[in-house]
Amino acid sequence: MKMVIAYIRHEAFEPIRNELLGLGFPSLSITEVKGSGRQKGITEHYRGAEITNYLRPKVKIECVVEAKDVPTIVDTILRHARSGNIGDGKVFVMPVEEAYRIRTGESGEATLQAHPESANAPA
Amino acid sequence: MRSTRLWRALPAAAMASLLVPSAALAQERSLESVAGELDVTWILVATVLVFFMQAGFAFLEIGFSRAKNAGMGIAKILMNFSIASVVWWAVGFAVAFGGAGWLAGDTGFMFQFGRDVAGENADGAQAAFFIFQFMFCAVSLAIVWGSTLERIKFAAYIPFAVVFAGLIYPLIAHWGFGGGLFAEIGGGVQDFAGSSVVHLTGATAAFAALLLLGPRRGKYGPDGKPRAIPGHSMPLFGLGVLILWLGWFGFNGGSTLGTAGNSFAEVIAVTNLGAAGGVIGASILISLLHRKLDVGMCGNGAIAGLVGITAPSGYVEFWAAPIIGLVAGFVVVAGVLAIEKRLDDPVGALSAHGLAGIWGTLACGIFTSPRLAEGIGVGEGGLVYTGSFEQLGVQAAGVSLTFLTVFTLSMLTFALIKATIGLRVDDEVEEAGLDITEHGMYGYPEQFIPAPELVGYAPAAGSAAPGAPTTSTQEVPA
Repeated sequence: MKMVIAYIRHEAFEPIRNELLGLGFPSLSITEVKGSGRQKGITEHYRGAEITNYLRPKVKIECVVEAKDVPTIVDTILRHARSGNIGDGKVFVMPVEEAYRIRTGESGEATLQAHPESANAPA
Repeated sequence: MRSTRLWRALPAAAMASLLVPSAALAQERSLESVAGELDVTWILVATVLVFFMQAGFAFLEIGFSRAKNAGMGIAKILMNFSIASVVWWAVGFAVAFGGAGWLAGDTGFMFQFGRDVAGENADGAQAAFFIFQFMFCAVSLAIVWGSTLERIKFAAYIPFAVVFAGLIYPLIAHWGFGGGLFAEIGGGVQDFAGSSVVHLTGATAAFAALLLLGPRRGKYGPDGKPRAIPGHSMPLFGLGVLILWLGWFGFNGGSTLGTAGNSFAEVIAVTNLGAAGGVIGASILISLLHRKLDVGMCGNGAIAGLVGITAPSGYVEFWAAPIIGLVAGFVVVAGVLAIEKRLDDPVGALSAHGLAGIWGTLACGIFTSPRLAEGIGVGEGGLVYTGSFEQLGVQAAGVSLTFLTVFTLSMLTFALIKATIGLRVDDEVEEAGLDITEHGMYGYPEQFIPAPELVGYAPAAGSAAPGAPTTSTQEVPA
């Protein structure tokens, strides 16, 4: 099991969610986060005074999948989140030890996503 | 028309009925008495409009505050207005309008029916005048506090409201509106509804407070340059501006103190043109300087235009109003940018009410139409009509007297408050916000208290153990 974590622009989220849903990956979480990268900050004005925002708002996606599905997920994110400009974000992949579904108490890869292959696999 | 002689002349019909004070209902309603009642009706409609300006100040200031200081604005407005109400009744009204000495009035304390006030028996007409004039005092007091947002102690409001409504404002109102000092300078200082008397007075007191109070934490960076501390709600700020604009029709229009000759309609039309000029002027200047149309500056421009047209509103022809407003709009933007380098004025009151108030008062000396000055009976035509600087000099004297007097008295009062109960909250209080520290609850609780803690359901008895896994797949809405 792997967790894919992606920091992306707000407008990139909807196309990514849409495609993942079609591919059978409906389970994900998002958080609205602020962070900084090579985009650095932008300077804004309020009643004539300056204010510099070094942290820019991004959407953070968390999605846990079977190891073999990681390339599919990452590919979808890369295609839709890339505008070619500084500030497109980053993707990280990390290992996950165990997963439980709270409603039923079952555990393992069966709990991960809804696509037929994994849903029917034994726990 | 705000001078004593005119106010005495205007509800003349109503005054005549005073001679039979107790038989108000039984008396015959002559055409004359109905005319007087019509005057009083308009004064009271205007009173209501000017009262509504309190809501305007509240929203304007709350919108320009951070969310952690949003709730206290309501407590502040209510408390100040209420204290001032009582003090104005007991003391302020008498100082402002009780007698025609040059310095201050001396009769009519604890104003009530049948008692001598300003040498007359009080009746409904004078009650109307009393409450109408109080609304101006309350506006002036509300202006003081905008500049002190987000760091002043709540306790400091109370003593200052007492002194301001009992002495400082009534003194200036007596000079400007009550037939005092300002009527004796030249042919009289022209200040129709109070660019100096109300707005400069409030802003000058704010200036004194600001000098003793210092900037909000974090306003100036290590390099000493001012940093923006954005207010939390531009929509609330905008609502405040629009309510003030509406209230101003009563503020200026009501200062005719009656409906004679329908001059109040002309005043209201002139007022609107002035406000429009202010928005346009401020928008042009800030757009040229920063390539963006700043929402706050746009609203400050409206206020500046209204403040600027307040003194001239009864004295100038229509064509002069947008020009006066336009200049006021330039003045407020330049003023905010210049003042912000040294003083932290979160709402720009020093510029919008102070500098624009000075400009509005001086504008009379430039644009006053001789025919209107003659009609009102105060001063002469302005520079563009007469080619003479005389009225301009008189106006400048009025501005200087207002500023020096109010600044001295306010500085003394605030210094005394600072030395005793203190003026400024502690750093930790300022950091946490005045809502939670001084009032015990946030203006927007859900923004500061996590939702799970607000829910507060206790677990049902006996249900502590987790149940068996359910097989239901029905989704429960979050």
